Parts: sequence; structure tokens; C-alpha cells
Amino acid sequence: MTDVASRRKPTVKQIVIWSAVSLVGAVAWGIIALSRGEEISAVWLVFAALASYAIAYRFYARFIVRRVLRTDDTRATPAERVNNGIDYNPTDRRVLFGHHFAAIAGAGPLVGPVLAAQMGYLPGTIWIILGVIFAGAVQDMVTLFFSMRRGGRSLGQMARDEIGPIGGIAALIAVLAIMVILLAVLALVVVNALKGSPWGTFSIALTIPIALFMGFYMRYMRPGRVLETSAIGIVLLLLAIVSGGWVAESGLADAFTWSPQTLTLALIGYGFVASVLPVWMLLAPRDYLSAFMKVGVVVMLAVAIVFALPAMQNEAVTDFATNGQGPVFAGSLFPFVFITIACGALSGFHALIASGTTPKLIEKESQVRVIGYGAMLVESFVAVMALIAASIIDPGLYYAMNMPGPALGPTLDSASQAVASIGFGITPDQLAAAAKSVEEATLVARSGGAPTLAVGISQIFSDVFGGDSLRAFWYHFAIMFEALFILTTVDAGTRVGRFMLQDTVGNVWKKAGDVSWKPGLYVSSAVIVGAWGYFLWAGVNDPLGGINQLFPLFGIANQLLAAIALAVCTTLLIKSGRAKYAWVTLVPLAWDATVTLTASWQKVFSDDVKVGFFAQRSQFQDALDAGKTSLGTAKTREQMEQVVVNTTVDGILAAFFALLVVIILVDSIRVWIKALRSGDRGLTTTEDPHIESKIWAPSGLIATPEEREIMRAREAEKVGTGAAADQ
Amino acid sequence: MDTRGRLRTAWRLFREFSGERAYEIYVEHHQRTHPGEPVMSEREFWRRHIDARDTDPKVSCC
Repeated sequence: MTDVASRRKPTVKQIVIWSAVSLVGAVAWGIIALSRGEEISAVWLVFAALASYAIAYRFYARFIVRRVLRTDDTRATPAERVNNGIDYNPTDRRVLFGHHFAAIAGAGPLVGPVLAAQMGYLPGTIWIILGVIFAGAVQDMVTLFFSMRRGGRSLGQMARDEIGPIGGIAALIAVLAIMVILLAVLALVVVNALKGSPWGTFSIALTIPIALFMGFYMRYMRPGRVLETSAIGIVLLLLAIVSGGWVAESGLADAFTWSPQTLTLALIGYGFVASVLPVWMLLAPRDYLSAFMKVGVVVMLAVAIVFALPAMQNEAVTDFATNGQGPVFAGSLFPFVFITIACGALSGFHALIASGTTPKLIEKESQVRVIGYGAMLVESFVAVMALIAASIIDPGLYYAMNMPGPALGPTLDSASQAVASIGFGITPDQLAAAAKSVEEATLVARSGGAPTLAVGISQIFSDVFGGDSLRAFWYHFAIMFEALFILTTVDAGTRVGRFMLQDTVGNVWKKAGDVSWKPGLYVSSAVIVGAWGYFLWAGVNDPLGGINQLFPLFGIANQLLAAIALAVCTTLLIKSGRAKYAWVTLVPLAWDATVTLTASWQKVFSDDVKVGFFAQRSQFQDALDAGKTSLGTAKTREQMEQVVVNTTVDGILAAFFALLVVIILVDSIRVWIKALRSGDRGLTTTEDPHIESKIWAPSGLIATPEEREIMRAREAEKVGTGAAADQ
Repeated sequence: MDTRGRLRTAWRLFREFSGERAYEIYVEHHQRTHPGEPVMSEREFWRRHIDARDTDPKVSCC
């Protein structure tokens, strides 16, 4: 269907509106980029982001949809064609937008920007906004489009069909590897947030009986009462947070003050048991809760930032951006700020959601713009808010929380000195006061992003709601919010890993592929839990700091998956005769490959012992050979041996990820050349045939006046819109 | 459309987002595609609906 409005010349009103948006954006960007040495308000970051998103969505996303993808609303989507009432359902675009956003958003965009704040807020802000506009949102939308044209085929299947078996295998391995590293990193974030915190530990532990109760309630007492069950769950969750505060002040506090090692074992045990239980008991109710928490907290945070108008305390660009000696993660701005932010700007993981699930639910082809591009813009906005939350807290406190624990030492004095040694200041008294304000024993060495974000959120929220008296509540509320996602991810991620493993082994040994065969289920779950549990355990005990070592690997794995998705998109653009527009995904692919390969290269070959895994390895091995009994933060020979093992494993993984990127690129380029040589129309692709659509629905979230006219006309003719009555 | 109509639509979308309309959607779909045939009871439907995810896990991360 041709959109009538598109052929018209822009009206005066449109010109005025878009000029105003551009002006606001330009002023906001100017203030962010040019202010030095004075505090700016966080609200300028919000304006810069929103204005840029609006322009990108209006002009760039529209260009891609119209000229590059050439979406065609006369074509029936898989949801309309198959419509089996199970996984293929034409779903209202507004509902699908919510579902797609809830599926792509997790702890990733909250954690990455917090760590990236060590380079200052400017590099992170620029990449989160430009990255999403030109890479992340494009990847999500184009993947969604191509999967939709192929009956909702998964990324792995498309890689196999379009690039070849090697591409398919590389995609499978990449997904499995990213899952393992992701689960280890996220679990490590939880460990760092809960260690020595009876309040946090008690309230998070309570989420297990709460979820079980909800599961049984919905199964046996009130089947189908999702909202009622969720409302009860949310009330119980808030009670759990409040009661954590009582426990922390009672005689029970010691029973819930756990060491990192105890927490690690508890998480590993939880991960195994949760992933073999039926979904209805724990996972389904947790999912309902985290979907509400996710959307609720994002909205609350946006509103609170606008009302609280916090000022940025972080520098625009810190020295760590150029000297590469940052304590939170090592390496210079290029490539590590991009690797660290990952999800908020470009996330390969989204390609798994944009292929497979969402394309089977979409009503109209043109809706890929709002669902694919639009939902990713929102995710990027979440990342901007996380960066703001990390940048409004005192930089001294930021470093005291995020430097590796072994570097900070055991006391507040040693932590204060460690922070001073990198050029920032915070007194032991200030550290004690900061911990006391959120009713924690200490905030020192709580790396991983979640606690820092929680301090930022508690500062913003308590400015708007409740003042200082609620500060501790908001801190633990934020910890709960993140831990809830993460525990859901640990459970669901282990299941996804297990299915992939069973599927792979099932190719060789049929019995193992049967997902309802209990022994197979237990063994494969144990293998996946064992894999991430290994990295978690190594990370918790790493003398060099677990987050510091593992987070770059997670970022590299995620960006590797993005390279696969963008390579598949580029291949499809070329093969379907759109080669002149292939730059739309080729440019982000080239950038992403450069970033990922440079980062892996430095992680493998750098001589700098802060950056290169093998440089670290030989430094510690040489010290061991020389008979030394301590080196830097490794205080015993045993710890030094631990560093040697960890750096060897991490280094091999980094090299392996780089190798996968190279394989994918070479294999894709081979296919591109073949396609370009074979003539103007390219090779045949695997697109589904055109079937006339009988339903109609608006393209964007809000129907335009023209769409409303069409809707009215269709209702008058009684053809029905196919979708339920709009607006 | 008046305010009440808008609120009704918003509530319907909210229920659909939460997943609560799954049974209604199934019944509508079933009656349209297999008119006259018996539909699953609500309890039976929800059991199958949630158990289906045992063999089709999904994960969100970032």
C-alpha cells in the first residue's frame, strides 16, 4: 500500500517542528561536547539523545524501510499467513513493541555504560547514541525484516542458508560461547552486589519462595490470572525489600552475611536446580515480574532524571581514555569503550530475538521500523540513563566501588589511598558515610556496575521521592531490580544453552537430542552450569579482579555475534539485488569487525601487562620461575598460579573469538563476490513467495490522520481492519 | 473516540502485554478457524500454554 502522505511535500508545520527538534539537539550536543571544567546538567544528555533518536527514526529509519528494504504492506506477514494460534499470531504493534523491548532489554545496557564511565561521560554518550542510530537499531530492524520474509527463520539458519555451513556453525558456536561468558559475568555482578550484604542477600533469596508461590497460585488456584498474580508478586517483592532492612539490623544479619565464595556456590546450585525444574514453577512467574519491573523502573528513572535535574560529577573525558591505564577495565578508548558499552549501542544478542520470535508476530511489514528500530532506540536510552546514573555520583566513590578488590585492599584507608593513587580523592570517612547512607557495611570493591548504578538511582530517586530517609530503600530496590533480571537470565540462559548442546549432540547421538529425556537434561544442564560456574568461580577469586578480566571477553563475544548478524544482513542485501544499498549494514559491519578484531588483538598480543592476557601470563610465570612468592595483587604463589591459569584461558578465548570473526568475514566476502559476479539480480535467495495480505494496520505506534481515515473507511465498508479497533 | 474508549483500549493493550489475554486470543482464534468444535478449558489451556515453554526457552540479556 503506498502511503499517501509520503508523496506530499513537507508542510510548514512539519518544517517548523523538525527545525525545532534539530535546534534542541544541536544545542544539547554543543553543551555536552564543549563544556569543560564546569558541571553540566544531566538533562542535556537526555535532550541530545531524544532529539537524535527522533531525527534518526524520522529520516534514516524511514529511508532504510522505503528505499533499502522496500517493505510491502500488500504482502501477508508470516503471522497472517500461518496464524496457528500458537507461535504465529498477528499481534497489535503496540503490544509487540512492549514484548520485543522486554525481550531485548536485560542487565547488559545497565552494566556496560557504568563501567565505560571511567573514560568520562562524553565518549560513552557519543557511542551509545551514534552507535544505536547507525549500527544497533539498523541491525535489529534489518534482521527482523529478513527473518520476517523467511517465515521467522533464526539467525543460525539464515547464516547457514545464505553464507554456508561454516557460517552456520560459527554462529552456533558464537551463541553458545556468548551465553556461557554472559552468564558468568552477570552472576559475578550479583555476587559483587550481595557479598557481605545481609539486606540484599535476604531480599533476593526471598524472591525464590515468592516466585514459587506465584507459580503454584497460577497453576492450581487462579489459572490465567496473570495481572492478579503479578500484582501480588510485586507487593511481596516490595515487602521483601523492606524486610531485608529489618533483617540487616536484627540478630539474623550474620546468617545472611555471605562471602563471595558462598554466594558463588549458591548461585551455581540455584542455576542448576532452577534450569531443570518445570518452567511454571520459577521461570514463568519470574518473567512476569521482571517484565513489569523493567518497564516500570525505566519509566520511573526517565521521569526522575527530568525532575531531579542532577548535575554530572564525572569529567567529560578522563585521562584513562588516552593512557589506557583505567582501573575498571584496561585499554584505551579505541576499541575498549565500544567493547564495554556493547549492548546499549549494538548488541548481537538482539539478532536472536529479531529472528525467530518477533517476526512470527508482526502484523505488517512496515512495522519493522517501530518494532526493530524503535525498540532499540529505547534500549539505547536506557543505556544513556545508566551512564547518567554512574556519572552523577562522586568520582572518588565511583572508583572506590569499581576498582578491582585486591587493588583496593582490606580497609577504608587502603581504599582511599588506592583511589588517591589514580588521581581521585575520597576520604575514609566519606566512604563510611556513603555506605551508611544506603545501610551497607561497605561500598568498597563492588565492581560490576549494578551497585554503582544502584547508588546513582538511589540518589536520583530519593531527590524526587522520599528524600534521604528512603535512600537505603531505593538502593536495595535498584539492586533487587537488577538481580531479578539476572537470576531470570541465569535460569533461562542455562536452558537455552542446554537446548543448543542437546541439539548439537543429538546430531551424532539421537537419544541425547530428546529434550524430555531426564538423564540427558540433567547432564547437559550440569555441563552448561559447570561452564559458566567455572568462569564465575575463577572471576570471584581472580587476584586481578574478575570483572576487569571477564567483561572485555563478554563484550567481544557480543560484538562477534553482531558481526555475524550484520554479515548475514549484508549478504542478503547483496543477494536480493540491493547491492547499491549494502553500505547500510556493511559500514557498521566494517566498524564492528575493526573494533572486535583490534580488541581481541590487543587482549592477545599487547605487551602491556594491564591489557594483554598473555603478557600478564608471562609476567606471572616468570615471577613464579624466579621463585617469587608475591607479585602485585597476587599475594601467594597459589594466587600467582591462579593468574597464570586464568590469563591462559582468557587469552585463548579472545584469540578464538577473533578467529571466528575472521572466518565469518572471509566466508561472507566469498559469497558476496560470487553474488556480484553472477549478474544484476544476484543469486536466488530463500525469500517466501508474495501472498496478498487481507488485513490492514497502521505502521507506527500512533496512527496518523491519514491512517485514521483509512481505518474509518474500512470500518464503514465493514471489511474490518483485521486488527482490533484502533486508538 | 472519547476518553472512555481510549482507556478501554489502553487497558486491553496492557492486559495483552502482560499475557493475560492469551486464553481469549486462543478462543477467538479457535472459534474462527474451527467453528463448532469444543475449546479447551481455561485451566487446560494455561497448563499447555506455560508448559510449551519447557521445550522452547527464551532469554533476554542485553
